[in-house]
Amino acid sequence: MHERIDKAHRLMDAACEAMGRQVNIMEVCGTHTVAIFRNGIRSIIPKKLKLLSGPGCPVCVTDQSYIDTVLQLADRDDCLIATYGDMIRVPGKGGSLETKHSKANVKVVLSSEDALQLARDNPEKKVVFIAVGFETTAPATAVVIKEAAAGAIDNFFVLAGHKLVVPAMRALLSEKNHNIDAFLCPGHVSVIIGYGAFAEIVEDFARPCVVAGFEPMQIIEGLGEICRQLSAGKAELKSIYTAVVTEQGNTSAQKVIDECFEPADGYWRGLGNIEKSTLKLKDQYAQFDASRQFNITETPGEETEGCRCGEVLCGLIDPPQCGLFGKSCTPQKPIGACMVSSEGSCAAWFKYGQQRKRK
Amino acid sequence: MCLAIPARIIELDEDKAVVDAMGNRFKAKTTLLPEARMGDLVLMHAGFAISLIDEQEAKKTWELIEEIDRLQETQDKVSE
Repeated sequence: MHERIDKAHRLMDAACEAMGRQVNIMEVCGTHTVAIFRNGIRSIIPKKLKLLSGPGCPVCVTDQSYIDTVLQLADRDDCLIATYGDMIRVPGKGGSLETKHSKANVKVVLSSEDALQLARDNPEKKVVFIAVGFETTAPATAVVIKEAAAGAIDNFFVLAGHKLVVPAMRALLSEKNHNIDAFLCPGHVSVIIGYGAFAEIVEDFARPCVVAGFEPMQIIEGLGEICRQLSAGKAELKSIYTAVVTEQGNTSAQKVIDECFEPADGYWRGLGNIEKSTLKLKDQYAQFDASRQFNITETPGEETEGCRCGEVLCGLIDPPQCGLFGKSCTPQKPIGACMVSSEGSCAAWFKYGQQRKRK
Repeated sequence: MCLAIPARIIELDEDKAVVDAMGNRFKAKTTLLPEARMGDLVLMHAGFAISLIDEQEAKKTWELIEEIDRLQETQDKVSE
């Protein structure tokens, strides 16, 4: 194992040398963000290699207006909110699902199937499933929409907040002041979309894209592979997570996403409106679409004054550069979404602290 | 949120399954992985199997999850 780490180190050093400046690699998966911190990976990479935590935590990139909509729906006596646990502490107008609402009308679910079951068990309530997450989670939502349609379950609704990783990567690279040299691509999102989905980033923006798993060795070798490409002046598409990621991905999952959803423009916290970056329910499933059934219009949400989650998500600043970080904004009392989710960059920085760098 | 966990299919009726992940048993669906068979090891996410996975890789991921749990427990104790 030491030999493999040494090899990765040599590749990293070579890339920093070849680039003659700081090298910036962005990970776009919250699980990578946490794994990098937990394993102290920042402490073993060269000083000139900087890891940026991009918009990879679904809770963090969910726009404030979506959160406020969820809270409004939770206020209604006729609604029952079914949500993944990650969402209940996110602050919005006047509180969060956890602080603002009784346990009676907010239920934490582990799967979309549980949300649909709630609708079956509570026919007098309108059950609204808070469907957030990237491509890994979207097919699970699509399956239950189809089941609800097949079973004529008319009190089940989906507030679609699913987001697509590749359009966000394109948006980041289209910003004039971005500083991203390469991407460490998400492991389990790629199980669904296939590593081939990142080909357009390599082709259109000439940035290396390497898919890696979540073990420390996978991350270190993924960074090593990126650095090998950078020092050779190349940008290639590669997956080193060969155990579960294929080029095509899970085509059954892609098919069910396509049946229920279509890409639509949508707001991301920090990144603003991104073209075709979210999933909207197709017209044929409009009766299950909470946005349409409850007349919700999407407007960009207002963020708390002083909160710099947006810049953190774009890799423009590190969390400690935000004036609220660790002072008024902590995991116990979060102000910004990046502090709420355990996968958020701010929460990870707070928990694991600044790690010393290898010279 | 996008960390999937390996589990073994121990009951299977059409796309309705019961899986075992590190001794925890729970209901799951194989709708997204029609090729999944009884006894297979699969990657589970949000109640759905999304990929087959081999024994060696599953073991590595289980170890990773155990380590995360241990770390979490230690951290919780420290912050108490």
